Amino acid sequence: MLRYYVDLALRSLRRDKVLTVLMVLALALGIGASITTLTVLRLLSGDPLPQKSSQLYYPRIDPNPRNGYIEGQTKPEAVMTYVDAMNLLNAHRAKRQAAMALMQAKVAPLRAHERPFYSDGVMTTSDFFTMFDAPFQYGGGWTPTDDANRAQLVVIAGFLNDKLFGGANSVGKTIRIEDHDFRIVGVLKDWSPQPRFYTQELGGRSYGDGEAVFLPLAAARAIDITPNSVNCFASVSDMKHLETQPCMWLGLWVELGDAAAVASYKEFLAGYANQQQSLGRFQRTETDLPDLMQWLRDEQVVPDDVRLQAALAFGFLLICVVNTVGLLLAKCLRRSGEIGVRRALGATRRDVFVQFMVEASMVGLAGGLLGLVFTELGLWGVRHQPAQYASLAHLNIEMFLFTFVVALVASLIAGLLPAWRACVLAPAPQLKAA
Amino acid sequence: MEIRPVFASLRKHRIPAMLIVLEIALACAVLCNAVSMIGQRVNDVRLSNAIDEQGVAVVSVDGNNPALIASDIPRNLAALRGIAGVQAAAVVSTLPLSHNNWGWSFGLTPDSLLTDKDTTNISMYFLGQGGPEALGLQLLQGRFFNGDEYAGSALNGSPLPSTHVAVVTRRLAEQLWPGQPALGKTFYSKPYAYTVVGVVADVLRPSVNATNVYQSAFFPLSGDASLSHYVLRSAPQDRDRVVREAEQKLADLDGTTVAKGVSYEDIRTRYFANTSSMAWLLVLVCVVMLAVTALGIVGLTSFWVGQRRRQIGIRRAVGASRGHIRQYFQTENFVLTTAGVVIGMGLAFVLNVYLMRHYEMRMMPWYYLPAGAIALWLLGQLAVLGPAMRAAAVPPVVATRSV
Repeated sequence: MLRYYVDLALRSLRRDKVLTVLMVLALALGIGASITTLTVLRLLSGDPLPQKSSQLYYPRIDPNPRNGYIEGQTKPEAVMTYVDAMNLLNAHRAKRQAAMALMQAKVAPLRAHERPFYSDGVMTTSDFFTMFDAPFQYGGGWTPTDDANRAQLVVIAGFLNDKLFGGANSVGKTIRIEDHDFRIVGVLKDWSPQPRFYTQELGGRSYGDGEAVFLPLAAARAIDITPNSVNCFASVSDMKHLETQPCMWLGLWVELGDAAAVASYKEFLAGYANQQQSLGRFQRTETDLPDLMQWLRDEQVVPDDVRLQAALAFGFLLICVVNTVGLLLAKCLRRSGEIGVRRALGATRRDVFVQFMVEASMVGLAGGLLGLVFTELGLWGVRHQPAQYASLAHLNIEMFLFTFVVALVASLIAGLLPAWRACVLAPAPQLKAA
Repeated sequence: MEIRPVFASLRKHRIPAMLIVLEIALACAVLCNAVSMIGQRVNDVRLSNAIDEQGVAVVSVDGNNPALIASDIPRNLAALRGIAGVQAAAVVSTLPLSHNNWGWSFGLTPDSLLTDKDTTNISMYFLGQGGPEALGLQLLQGRFFNGDEYAGSALNGSPLPSTHVAVVTRRLAEQLWPGQPALGKTFYSKPYAYTVVGVVADVLRPSVNATNVYQSAFFPLSGDASLSHYVLRSAPQDRDRVVREAEQKLADLDGTTVAKGVSYEDIRTRYFANTSSMAWLLVLVCVVMLAVTALGIVGLTSFWVGQRRRQIGIRRAVGASRGHIRQYFQTENFVLTTAGVVIGMGLAFVLNVYLMRHYEMRMMPWYYLPAGAIALWLLGQLAVLGPAMRAAAVPPVVATRSV
């Protein structure tokens, strides 16, 4: 029976070529726009470390003066002073913990005729690589002893290794960073979790390439490398020695294995804030411990424009569906005579209803196929935009299948009203009119 | 034109009529808001900026030895001034729309603190000697800095310069001292204090947002590593050559530094790249949406015309002219569009309120609603023209034939 309906639908669609093309085109445009924006939205709101994100937490405390504090509204600060970051780090209350700041680093070329260049970098502590599951191509990270000794060691990204050493194992070699020698201890594989969760509030991008060099925090600060972002909450006398100033410039991440560890760390953090208050260092004791995904939500890392685009695209899809309802209805009413004949020859209302729904879903499938073409076109357009996330915009298998789900659902909704109108037509008057 | 038959026939075709109304209403709501978003972005991209945007180019030098900076800067400037076509050259700490913002909060009383609540956050531009001329700042009142003020101002590791003079933008002057002359007034952030010696036309901040656009102030400074941007002013036709030569020259003077040159126009284009691509995307959505709506109207009206060929024939046979038939369909479309537009304006308003609450979106100016209505009326009439003409072409003899 279904084959007969498909055959009928094809005949009917072929009879009104212009109308069919209009319906398919409108539906495809709506689907193309929606799936394009939805793909981008999903990519941008994705999980940067799916296997680890639920165990990573970002402690927040608030060293600001009392002035300007509103109970219940003021959130704790997003970055820490050196003193607080080191206090929390050295307490070792989490399974792993690392403090970090972003920086710009001048890297000297190895060949004589080339010019030095600037690269993005991270200054951090030893747990960084194991805590974030950063994969190594050669070598590994540095040790806590190296942190304490201000050892001039560096982990470089795969792309920098390709650029400087042609991809060969460079562990043990030395490169000049900010006019100082650093010995390479590890080379990372391609690693750039998206969104760039640990760069938030530290003066980095939200999406895009990862950093090229990773230096021990103490070693980097010993040669006066300045962090990208510094936020001071009281008068500063000396910008060179940030460690002693009332300035926030470090992010601290901790790894907590289970709910009990989270609860005890929360307690520890609250205790720390209270202790600092009684010492007279803090005037606000609010703390927060968001996990990775919550932190990204708090930061509203997905750009407003992307969310607006998605909302707009679905508004557009709605218009396209209404449009398809109208055109399908027009077609179906024009075929009142044919329906009358089929009803008179014994087709039930259900048969007529199913027939029209089959026709609608054929339009939907065609719309979905063409919509896929429009989606690829749209994503190609996104890739050529100047946005940070441009290069990420690709269709994955999930969204590929979802396109057809959207197309079918949209067309079936569009087909409901016309099919219902068709099946309630009384056959007799139609036959007479013909 | 008799309007009653239009209503009578619409009552018989309630569902298709309602669908057209719904489609127009949705299109109206989306269109008004999308155009409002486009307008908001166009305003941002066009923000005025009182420097010589066409003539200015910038070479940023990083990675030099801070100990040698006091002698490097005069050497570099002398070399840059030697390039043919360079009218002025100077060092500055940052540029409008460069994202490189050094902001500080100031108050109006001598004991104002950085952390006080009622302070104004000001973007600070540090200028080396000749900076105002190289940027092309437009002096409105007072004066720029003199040689002693440049020479006597240093940072030495502190966040603010040791000078006591500043030049502010007109907008900042109005915000700090509304209705009063700003010259001679002082702004404070303990232990720093600066007296306004000049007011310039509005210069944008290194990064702008809805509330912070023009709150900029300029300070003299000399021999500091933060003065890392070499501003070169030249005729617009020389600019690109000048920046290439300057980049080469600075790199040759000190091989350990990294020099990057860019025209100011490129800095501005880059800053607004996302904004303008979003605006174009919105334009595209509007055009495609209007096209789909128009096609929907054409489709449904064509169907109506086809269905009523007999009635049209009868009307023609009993004396209606082609004009009458055409007008009938046009009137019908006008009635439907009006209904759609009325609902659509309400929807547009609701959508606007929703968007304002959840996104960074300004209140839609009221005239967008009637403008959207007129656009859809025109679109409706345009879309119905084809089917209406075809209806008018139905010969009276159809009335006498059975289908």
